[in-house]
This record gives sequence, C-alpha cells and structure tokens, in this order.
Amino acid sequence: MSKESSLSPEAKSVLGAMVSRRGLLAGAGGIGAVGLLSACSSGPKCDVYEAAADASVVRWGNWPLYLDYDEECKYYPTLDKFARANTLNAQYFEDYNDNDEFFGKVQAQLKIGTDIGYDVVTPTDWMAARWIRLGYTQKFDAANIPNKSNILDSLAAPSFDPKREHSMTWQGIMAGFGWNTESNPNGISTLEELFAPQNKGKIVVLSEMRDTIGIILLAQGVNLQTVTENQYMNAVDYMEKQISDGWIRGVKGNEYAEDLISGDATAVIGWSGDMFILKAENEGKFDFAIPESGGTISGDNLMIPSTASAEGKANAEKLINFYYDPAIAAEVAAYVNYVCPVKGAQAEMEKIAPELASSPFIFPDDAMSKRLNVFRSLTPAEETSWTEAFQKAAGN
Amino acid sequence: MSNALTKVKLPYLLLLPGFLFLFTFFILPIINLAQTSTQTAIVGGDTGQYEQTLAFSNYITAFTENKEQFARSFVFALCATVLALAIAYPLAYAIAFKAGRLKNFLLVLVVAPFFVSFLLRTIAWKQILGEKGFVVPTLRSIGIIGESTTLTSTSFAVVMGMTYNFLPFMTLPLYASLERIDPRTMEASGDLYANGITTFRKVTLPLSMPGVVAGTLLTFIPAAGDYVNAAILGSPNTKMIGNVIESRYFKIVDYPTAAALSFTLMAAILILVTVYIRKAGTEELV
Repeated sequence: MSKESSLSPEAKSVLGAMVSRRGLLAGAGGIGAVGLLSACSSGPKCDVYEAAADASVVRWGNWPLYLDYDEECKYYPTLDKFARANTLNAQYFEDYNDNDEFFGKVQAQLKIGTDIGYDVVTPTDWMAARWIRLGYTQKFDAANIPNKSNILDSLAAPSFDPKREHSMTWQGIMAGFGWNTESNPNGISTLEELFAPQNKGKIVVLSEMRDTIGIILLAQGVNLQTVTENQYMNAVDYMEKQISDGWIRGVKGNEYAEDLISGDATAVIGWSGDMFILKAENEGKFDFAIPESGGTISGDNLMIPSTASAEGKANAEKLINFYYDPAIAAEVAAYVNYVCPVKGAQAEMEKIAPELASSPFIFPDDAMSKRLNVFRSLTPAEETSWTEAFQKAAGN
Repeated sequence: MSNALTKVKLPYLLLLPGFLFLFTFFILPIINLAQTSTQTAIVGGDTGQYEQTLAFSNYITAFTENKEQFARSFVFALCATVLALAIAYPLAYAIAFKAGRLKNFLLVLVVAPFFVSFLLRTIAWKQILGEKGFVVPTLRSIGIIGESTTLTSTSFAVVMGMTYNFLPFMTLPLYASLERIDPRTMEASGDLYANGITTFRKVTLPLSMPGVVAGTLLTFIPAAGDYVNAAILGSPNTKMIGNVIESRYFKIVDYPTAAALSFTLMAAILILVTVYIRKAGTEELV
C-alpha cells in the first residue's frame, strides 16, 4: 500500500458521511435508498434562501458533483450563503459534462455573441486557454475580486493566463492510478504494475488525453513541459498497443468509476477526487496513488463568457471572490476532495475537518507537489493533430 | 372560379407547414453540412477555424482512414437486423394470430420499453452483461465462458444492445402486415393440400413482405448510424462510424471530416437501401 493514499479512519467516516449524493448517482442502491429516506424526513430545520422574483441573477455552469451539496435539504450550502449575502438569485447548472461537448454546444453562440445562458463557466486549463485565445471570455475587474491574491502561488501564473485576468482556478485535479484492492493487494505505483496479468482486459484509462498520455510519458521519463511530437506519438502508440493486445478495455471519462464498482474494471488511470469518494463509499475496496514516476495535475477554471451582460459579469465576479474566501474554499474542498486552490484554506479546514487538513491530495505538500506535472500548452495545430492521434488510438 | 382555385391550392396550403419544417430542419442543415464537408483548416488559425476551399479530397481521406469503422457499422447493423427479424417475426406472428384477447396487452408490452429513455435502457444492459449481472456468473458456472472472459466491451454486447433497442421497430411493422392477412387465405392453402411449412412459405411470408422490408429498414438504417450502443457497451476495438463522427466533431473539432463522413454514411445507406428494395421487389408495397 502506498503511504500517501491511506487516510485515517476519522477521515474516512467524514468522507463517507458526505458522499451520499454520489452514491445516489452511482447506482449503489443501498446508499441511494438511505439518501432518499433521509431526504423525505427533512424537517423545518432546512433554511434554504429564496431569492426575490426580481433579484439579480447569476448563472453558473459547472461539472457534476463539484460543489458541496446538502442531501437532506437539497441545496448547495455555500452557494446559498453567497446568494443570501448578496441578495442574488444564484442559479447552478450541473451541465458541464465534457470540455469538448460543452464547447461544441456553445461555440456558435459565442462566435455571433448571443447569450449562451451562463455568467460563469468552468473549463479545464487547455480548454480555458482556447476560450481566452478566441476572445470568448471577459477580463475581470480586479477591484471586484479582492480575494484574487489568495490563489496558490503555483497556480497564479499559468501560461494561458499569466496574470489571471480571465480565469481563476476552481479546483485542481490530480490524475494517477486507481485500483481494486482485492485484485491488487500490493497497490499500483508503476505502469508495469498497472499492466499486470490480473488486470488484463480490465483496465480503463481516462479519455482526457493530457492525463492518460501524460502519465505514460512520465513513466517513459519524458518531461511534460518539453514533450515533443515524437515522444507524444510514441506514448500514443504504446496505448494503442495495450488496447489492441486486450489490456485496456476502455478509454472513458467519469464512467470508469461505474466500471470499478461493477467489477468490469480492476485498475484505472483516474482522478483523485473520484477515487477518494469511491474508497470512502466502499470501505477501502479501492485505492489511489500518484505513480512513482509522477502524476499529472490540471485545473478547472472559473471564467466569464464574452456573452455575459454587465450585470451578470459583476455578479460572477462577486461569486468568484466569494469562493476565494479561505473558509468557503475549505467547505467546498471538504466535500469535493479535489486540490484546493486557495491559500489559507488548509488552516480553515483544521477547524471543520482536521483529518482532511493533512491530506496531501487536497493540500499538496512540497513532496507531493514535486511529483505532480503540468502538461505544456499546445499550439492549435498540435492540439488538433495530437487529439486526432489519441482519438484514433481509442478506436475513433 | 375561386372555388376551383381553392381546390387546387388547398393541398399545397396543407403541405406548407410540413415543407417549412423540412426546409428549416432538413434542407438547410444538409446544405450547411455539404458546405462544411469541403472546407480545410485556416493556416495559422485556431482550433475549429475552417475556410471553404472545395477540398473534395476530404471525402477520400475520411473514407480511407475509417474504412474499418464503416465496415464494422454495416456488419453490426446487419447482424442486429437479422437477429431482430428472427426474434420479432415469431413474436409478431403470435400476437397477430394466436394472442386472442391478449393481443392489445402484448402490443403494449412491445412498446413499453419506449417509456424508459433509450440511454438508460442501454446502461441497464451494461449491468445485465456486467461482472455482477446474472448472465456472466451463470455462463461461467456452466462452463460456456472462461473465468477471464467478459461480455461487456465486446462486439457481442454491442450487437445485443442494438438488437434489443431496435426490436420494437421491427416488431410493429411486421405485426401490422401480418395482422392484415386474411386467415382464410391460409385456410385455402390448407384446402389445397399445402402443409404448414408450405403455407408459410407460399402464403404468409410473401403477404408479410411489406412488413419485413419496412421492419428491416427501420432497424438497419438507424443501427448503421448508431453510436450509443458502441459507446456504452463496446470497447475501443468495437467503435462504429457514429463514434468516429462524434469524436471528429466534438473532440478533434474537425468539422469538415465529420461532415464528409456523415455524407458518406448517408450515401452508403441510400445505395444499400435502394438495392435492397429493388431485390426485394416490393417497391409498390412499401
């Protein structure tokens, strides 16, 4: 077992209590039923803010299961606090399921400048880079986001937005190895251990190419900041061979979690937050670790689309500022379990869930940070041809 | 005079909403698709920026690079159609001739799957064929499949999923044409000393051909373009042309190739269907 991935029993119980919602969606019937029952018994203690009919609106499109949620009262506690404090109608949409798909959906409207229906969107780094390049975002009014300086130093100056004028990290995502502890009792820390006989035909890798190919590249000793086309294509060939030889059964997004639960997959290249939720829900039947040769880290970014109105933009800036308050950020991190991008949140976490404050997967320490790698930005031409190669290897 | 004019114009007026609808949602997109299919990337442009260069070579590249998935789509669709026909014919026959008072109830059962989303039903198949479903452990215990064999992420699962999903489209037209057959024609066949098999071959089957043709078309055409079953129940080795088009459009942001592939698929299906209808010799019946 790798050391960094074993949380204390207290942490597990805290996590277990918080993830009933995921259970409801993942089809784990037992947990789902409990969740529903408790929802039915919600008494008068639910105090959910109702905005006035004429309240100013802010519309946020985010990934599923990516904001603290109260199963009992069916609301998002931090978002509720925000709406209450600003007397706003904060509308939250969990319909950002896939970077490419979302881009495909709204791109035509962005191009001609008609409202896409969101004042805040949450694309991943490389997609955020594309939005900024194409002029599909609005520059922040820094005066409206005083908490902007709370962003972690390591995230403060990405190549796609060196001054963080168009984007602020929502959460950081680590990719590494996830596995079923019954079939892999010794854990997985290298590619060789991933492609071990007991996992043959039961391996799923991420459809996010920067994560899957990134981890293969790192295992091949390639630096992700300087990766060349040749090195990249080599790694793609490696993946293609593992697919045609019957080792890899699927190249998927979040659905790899279902495959782990159903037993169709025993080992994956997956995301930290998902894996911790699975682990907590299934009493240690699953585990996660950053590969010995290094894992990848990327971020999802809060951005304001070019089509948002001035009012929508101002509200969106308030929202971003709100979530960069360390206490609020800690509340979110305690639920989503991804890397928290806000300075001072660790100290706040000590107050609400001390077990999680020491988790290097939420607050990476120096040792952990050194093992996490960022995929370099690609030129538009590279982006097209590299994605094409990856998609072809995945059978498309 | 005005009365006569109205008589001439009325049918066209009645068709107007239909024409408008088809023009907006069929003709315009097709024109747009055709335009896109011959574009090429702007040199130095950003991801997803294309210009018209009348590059008809897009079609050749698109086809040659994806021959495998094209072939697979048609093979899978054919298998699913044949399987669906084999299952649906006896079913429709039984409902039409043997069900008695249960007829309506059985028809409702055939349609019942439509009350649940297509996507959910396909995901359900993933669980049925998964490691914890009853199929895999049962087959393993009686030794039909080995310990390491799985059913999900295989061609088998994809074809099964398609067969299941398109079964009602096969059953209903078959039922409609079988139900119209006058049972007295079968009795007459018996009076002429034909046995059951001969009656079926010479009377029932030919009379139900319109249903067979309609059912196979309604199954084959959507099945060939389907991508949901391959995406949910398949693996990278079982991808169909629909999956390629999806990935070209959404992932690679290569709209021209996606458009060229769509047109190629449309043309291929059109040719196959035309040949099929000619061979089946039932133009006047369809």
